[in-house]
This record gives sequence, structure tokens and C-alpha cells, in this order.
Amino acid sequence: MARGHHDVGGLPGAGPIDQSQHELSDWEILADAVNQALGAKGIKRTDEMRRAREEMDSAAYRDMTYYERWIASIEAILIEKKILTREEIDRKLAQFDSKWGEP
Amino acid sequence: MSTASDEHGHDHPKHELSHYAKRIYAIRDLLVEKGVISEKDIQCQVEYQEARSPANGAKLVARAWVEPAFKARFIADPKAACAEMGIDATAINEFVVLENTERVRHMVVCTLCSCYPRPILGRPPDWYKSFNYRQRSVVEPRGVMSEFGLELPDNVEVRVHDSTADIRYIVLPLRPAGTDGLSQADLAKLVTRDSMIGVMDPLPAVPE
Amino acid sequence: MNASAAKFKPGDRVKVRFEDRPGHLRTPWYVRGKTGWVERVYGKFLNPESLAFGRDGLPKKTLYLVAFNQCDLWGKANKADKLLVDIYEHWLDPAA
Repeated sequence: MARGHHDVGGLPGAGPIDQSQHELSDWEILADAVNQALGAKGIKRTDEMRRAREEMDSAAYRDMTYYERWIASIEAILIEKKILTREEIDRKLAQFDSKWGEP
Repeated sequence: MSTASDEHGHDHPKHELSHYAKRIYAIRDLLVEKGVISEKDIQCQVEYQEARSPANGAKLVARAWVEPAFKARFIADPKAACAEMGIDATAINEFVVLENTERVRHMVVCTLCSCYPRPILGRPPDWYKSFNYRQRSVVEPRGVMSEFGLELPDNVEVRVHDSTADIRYIVLPLRPAGTDGLSQADLAKLVTRDSMIGVMDPLPAVPE
Repeated sequence: MNASAAKFKPGDRVKVRFEDRPGHLRTPWYVRGKTGWVERVYGKFLNPESLAFGRDGLPKKTLYLVAFNQCDLWGKANKADKLLVDIYEHWLDPAA
């Protein structure tokens, strides 16, 4: 075992703190609200979400933005609880692409 | 915004959004279709979050500065003190106020994730959630404070709280000197979000 | 039946266990194996290690505010500075 990638207190190599603030995108506000709504309905626990983020690929954990990590953990927990499947999420995304056009 | 509305008024992603950004729209649609959560549930949460901001904390601090009895109540039972002022802190499991003094300064971090008193202060700033803050705040808090403009002498004790469980912390900053005549509303303007996290002191009184 | 009383009281010196096991652990790596003292007893909370896997979080665990001297954790530090961490009872043993 080793320390988790989330357990970063005291790790060396940190730089100056970037104090800039980005305005939240629509999708980030949505991620936040979906997360809170799932919690309010008792569908998931905060600690389940944290655990999902701890279980992520470590490189992905460092590279993803904050709300991307939330979305990844929302998806992981909903799939784990068999509320959604990865396939149906993929299918829904394909519908978006066909509606709004491929890049 | 990189979204477009469909016939139901739902926002949907355009192709330039990142992989995960697009996925939350798909997840949202599926959850609503399946009746797991409703659009109203989601909208309630958006509105709940929008109503929360550092202004709530500033009001609490300003009143604590001018009313010693309220300050005592705020420290002893922060959730009840919030309720007195019409601030809904019920979502916090346990709420603790850390009082700064001339001899002691507190600073709050969540090294493991991003725990923060959201029901009072709203969402945490990006920097609070950053790896650099999470890594450095526990080992060199004075260096972090220095970046935020706070230089403390050696005889001031710095107490860093790593918020690892259900306790949510807010710093009650030290009232700046020369503010005796100010109203609560004007005092509240000196109480920055960052002073309630503890990386800086409140703003100084505006000179005449 | 009365839930068990808190094992530690404010002022007690405690040593954090050095455990290294799978699961959702809320005791930061940097305090594992370190010695500090109890500042506050926060009472009993559901166990996050259990909640994280969809279980009920029972039995509740007593949560403590444990203080450490910064210089004990990191070597070079201001002698007065402290670091305080919320730690569950099952991570703590009495220390001399």
C-alpha cells in the first residue's frame, strides 16, 4: 500500500498559490447541483464520492479539473449502484453529437 | 456559454466541451428520465448554492465584533447564532468557530479533498481546492499567509486546522484597529472571505 | 444500552496509528505514527470508512481534535505553531 493520491498534505514540490478565480461554467454548476441533489435524496453519500475519487487513476486525478473529478465520481458511483450504465451514458452522448454536430 | 437548448428548454453541450463536461449533461438527462432526481430538485440546489456567499460570514463576524454577548453565543453554538440572523446552517453537521486574537491566528484547509463551510460561505475559492494550498498549508502556513499579504511575528502562534471529518470551521478574524466608530454594515465590508479561511487578516479600516 | 464513553479526554497525549490498509481513510498520511494531544472531544459520528462503501457507518466512532507541535511533525518550524486534525478514536493509542 502507499499513500493515496488525494492525501497530499505536506507533499514536496508545491509552488506558489494561484489566487485567480474562474467563473463557473454551466456544466460545473450542473455538476455541483446534481451532486447535491443526489445527496439530498439519499442516493449517494459524500464519502462514497470521495472514495470514488481516491480510486481513480492517479494521473487522471492530477490532470482533471475539480468538477471533472466530481463528474467522474458521480458517474462511477451511479454505475456502481446500478442506477445507470456506462453504455447508456455513451448512447446519450452519441445522441448529443448527432444533434449538435461532430467536431 | 457552450450549450444550446432543446425543445424542453434543457441546455445541452456543444461538441467543444471536454469529455466529462459533456457527460454530466447525459447523466442529468438520464437521471431525470428515470425519475431518480427531478429538474426541480436540481434547480433547488442551484438556487440554494447561489444564496450562499461570504456575505453571510461577514455579517456574523461584524455583529460578533460589536456585540460581546452575540460573540459568545456565536462561539458557543455557531449554528444557533446563524439561525438568529436568518442564516441557514442546518446542513452543517458540526460547526466550530476559531477565534483569532493578537497572539493566535488560525488557518483552515482540507488536505484530503475540499471540505469547506459551504452552507455559510458558499463555494470555496479555486485556490483553496488547489494542490499547492493543500500540500503547503499544513507544513508552511506562514509562507502561505505571506503570499496573501499576512506577515506574522514569531510570537504569534499559528494554528492550522486540517478539516478531515464532519466538523466545518470558520475563522472569527481579529477586529482591525481604528474601527470603533464603524457600523456593522461597514465592518462587514472589511471581513473578506479569505480572512474567514484564515490566510489573511481582515481589511484595515479605510483611512479618513 | 449506553454507548461507550470517550476513551480520551482533553490533555491526554495520543499517538496516531500507522495503518496502511485499503479503503477510505480520513487520517492524513503526515500524522500517522505521530504523537500529539487531545484538544477537544467532538462526540460520536458515523464512520466514513464504512459509509464510503455504502454501509451504514455504524458503530459510530468518537471524533477528537488532536493537536501536534509543528516542529514535531516537520522538524524546522516556529516553536509555538500547532497543527490540528480531526481524528477518529480507532486511530489513536495512548502515548507516554
